[in-house]
Amino acid sequence: MRDHGRETLAVLIGLAFLLALPFLAEAAGKGFYVTLFTRILIFGLAAVSLDLILGYGGMVSFGHAAFVGVGAYAVGILSWHVFDGSPLMTWPVTLEGTENAFVVWPLAMLMGGLFALVIGAISLRTTGISFIMITLAFAQMLFYLAIGLRKYGGEDGIALYNKSQLVPPIDLFDRTTFYYVCLGLLVAFLAVCRRLTRSRFGMAVQGARINERRMKALGFSPYRYKLTAFVISGAGAGLSGALLANAAEFVGPAYMSWQRSGELIVMVVLGGMGTLFGPVAGAAAFLLLEEWLADLTEHWQIILGPILLFVVVFARRGLWGWVAGQGREDR
Amino acid sequence: MLETRDLYKHFGGLVATDHVSLSIREGELHAVIGPNGAGKTTLIAQLAGELRPDGGAILFDGKDVTRTPVQRRAASGLARSFQITSVFPSFSALANVALAVQAHAGHSFRFWRRAAHDAALTGPARDALELVGLGSRAEVPAELLSHGEQRQLEIAMALATRPRMLLLDEPMAGMGPAEGASMVDLLRKLKGRYTILLIEHDMDAVFALADWITVLVHGAVIATGTPEEIRYDAEVRRAYLGEETV
Amino acid sequence: MTLLLLIEQGLNGLQLGVMLFLMAAGLTLVFGIMDMINLAHGSFYMVGAYLTATFAPVFDSFALAVLAALPLAALVGMAVEVVALRTLYRREHLDQVLATFGLILFFNELVRIVWGPQPIFLQPPSWLAGTVEIIPGVPYPAFRLAIIAVGLAVAVFLYLLITRTRTGMLIRAGASNREMLGALGVDVKRLYTLVFGLGAALAALAGAMAGPVLAVQVGMGESVLILTFVVIVIGGLGSVRGALVGALLVGMVDTLARALLPTVLRTMMPPSQADGMGASLASMTIYILMAAVLAWKPRGLFPAHA
Repeated sequence: MRDHGRETLAVLIGLAFLLALPFLAEAAGKGFYVTLFTRILIFGLAAVSLDLILGYGGMVSFGHAAFVGVGAYAVGILSWHVFDGSPLMTWPVTLEGTENAFVVWPLAMLMGGLFALVIGAISLRTTGISFIMITLAFAQMLFYLAIGLRKYGGEDGIALYNKSQLVPPIDLFDRTTFYYVCLGLLVAFLAVCRRLTRSRFGMAVQGARINERRMKALGFSPYRYKLTAFVISGAGAGLSGALLANAAEFVGPAYMSWQRSGELIVMVVLGGMGTLFGPVAGAAAFLLLEEWLADLTEHWQIILGPILLFVVVFARRGLWGWVAGQGREDR
Repeated sequence: MLETRDLYKHFGGLVATDHVSLSIREGELHAVIGPNGAGKTTLIAQLAGELRPDGGAILFDGKDVTRTPVQRRAASGLARSFQITSVFPSFSALANVALAVQAHAGHSFRFWRRAAHDAALTGPARDALELVGLGSRAEVPAELLSHGEQRQLEIAMALATRPRMLLLDEPMAGMGPAEGASMVDLLRKLKGRYTILLIEHDMDAVFALADWITVLVHGAVIATGTPEEIRYDAEVRRAYLGEETV
Repeated sequence: MTLLLLIEQGLNGLQLGVMLFLMAAGLTLVFGIMDMINLAHGSFYMVGAYLTATFAPVFDSFALAVLAALPLAALVGMAVEVVALRTLYRREHLDQVLATFGLILFFNELVRIVWGPQPIFLQPPSWLAGTVEIIPGVPYPAFRLAIIAVGLAVAVFLYLLITRTRTGMLIRAGASNREMLGALGVDVKRLYTLVFGLGAALAALAGAMAGPVLAVQVGMGESVLILTFVVIVIGGLGSVRGALVGALLVGMVDTLARALLPTVLRTMMPPSQADGMGASLASMTIYILMAAVLAWKPRGLFPAHA
């Protein structure tokens, strides 16, 4: 049934490929691929964080891009204040802007988690279609809120003057360095998620997806575990947002648009729900497909739409199930 | 141990629980019988906390739990099994029971250690599987177990929460004679160790096991007493047992 | 002055409300009866607007163009139901989300190919182009009054349809108890297709009437769709009455907040800051309203499933 050997092999090959990618790309004179795969890693991170609640927790959140956006704005706003020279706030304490990654990135995660806490606490009171609509609506609210931030560019967003600063020799402006930083963070996040999903907490969350009624009869209170998963997921999205801001050197409301949320769901399902590595594969497949179709025709979405329909109807196991011979973790 | 006072529940015009007063003593195996549609499952759902009664009170251990939610009642020692098997199909039998152990082992905000390698969970889970006779089937996914084995798994999960009282909703539903007999043996083992409220259609099993029997018809208690008293109760024979014993 | 402003904005709110009701009425039935989430409902709104914009110069009449657009949109809706969505009723909500997300991409791109990326500006019919003095001294665009009238007429029509006809009885039965329909021996498939077509036509009507007020452009369906979701969540899934109350509530609150919040804030802070913050807060009010309703009644104001 479970083919651990094949999955391990697939993971090792994938990792080896990702480690070698910058060398391969530069050798082939196509440095552009380093940038593209950096995006893939970042969206992969966001997709993995979404899969925690979507695949493992069974919560169909249609507002995940909002948390990505929150993380991006955390980086963007603090960076804007460095450039502007004005403090972020003066009361009750004076806070200056900063570009220190060790401050800004954790802060992006914190803000992602905090917004997820508030939105999740309300949304998780409902289930099914209502939950989908409410998460979508709250994400839209944050989208409009971002447009209303006139100080920070409103609809036009913020162009970052500088990238986040790690320790001195590491320069994120070097695209290969930035690529490896993103890869390292993705691997670390995957490792954390692996522990999480197999821990007591992970069992409680998955139990709530499979049979919530039974969980209650056993004495569990599913709500608090689902909400915690929602917050962790929001924090992961916040981190990916921080990286996205650095990758694009730009932060704007479009990061939070409902299409982005939809695309993240597509990545997760395309790659394989309830698997750890599937969403990364899904992000790669989606972004490469998008790249390829956009090259083919300006109206690539008219092809992508029916492809999605097709995937839903025929390819439910996802890419990872196909590559690694294994679907959901709990199967 | 568990007491209901004047419990009342209706769905639209249909009275499902008609002023039911029960008293189940500690250590007793108390069976509730009655024809289909008598409101037995509705009664258990109210005792477990899934349905809120329209009137009356439920006392567990002398405390009023009428408005206590399911999970809190379960955590305080009131475990149930479901009439329609309700397990986690993709989890192994062991993981199903381990999850039940986990429910009783305090909060589950433990994020790091792998649950499947946690002896504090798997140890008691194996014991419970052993007790119900599923010891050799621990690693099999629940969905691949036979119907009878799934019913046993239900009981193991209920036991693993270290309950003080069991609410068993037709544990023998859909079982063949052999499976049924081993379930009777299991229940006999549990009897005396736990206070048990048993809902069951199999009259032979009920009369063999029960210390006390309550007969429910159209949501109302028409008789309650020892198996001997019930067996010879004229009204019970007329309303319910009649067609089986005559 | 303030009172006049209030009346004018109140009418604007009413107008937004009835538009949202047209969107929500069909969608909430689809949710309620079929337990299906359809993101592509906004596409019918867009299709309705584009068809009307195309027919208007041909017939040289806005009203005729709308009359021609509605049955076509209903046909598009029924075709989508038969071809794509029918297989999804019994699937998970996630499948429905993905599939209808794909449909949105498809429809948006199709419209972009057929009509181009530029917004189209639709003229209201000449006999409704002017203003009417609702009370002396308060001129109000006649076209917006017409929208309100049409919207209320549709509400009455739906009320009669649902309470007085056999089809309506089935719809009501289906919204509160899905299993019962099949048990009654109703041709469920045909009923679903019919409800879908009706929903599409109502959305198209909203889109057609929005044409002269807003611009006809790609993506117009989605912004109104998300507002519609808020309406349905507030009103309660599957309830047409809930959709009406929710739509009017959302229309009023949104319009009044946009009109009044900046003014109120100006009394507290410098104007430029007040305008920015007011606009920002105003766009959030309906979501806060939704959160408040959910905190109070997680199933909405008029839940259809008891």
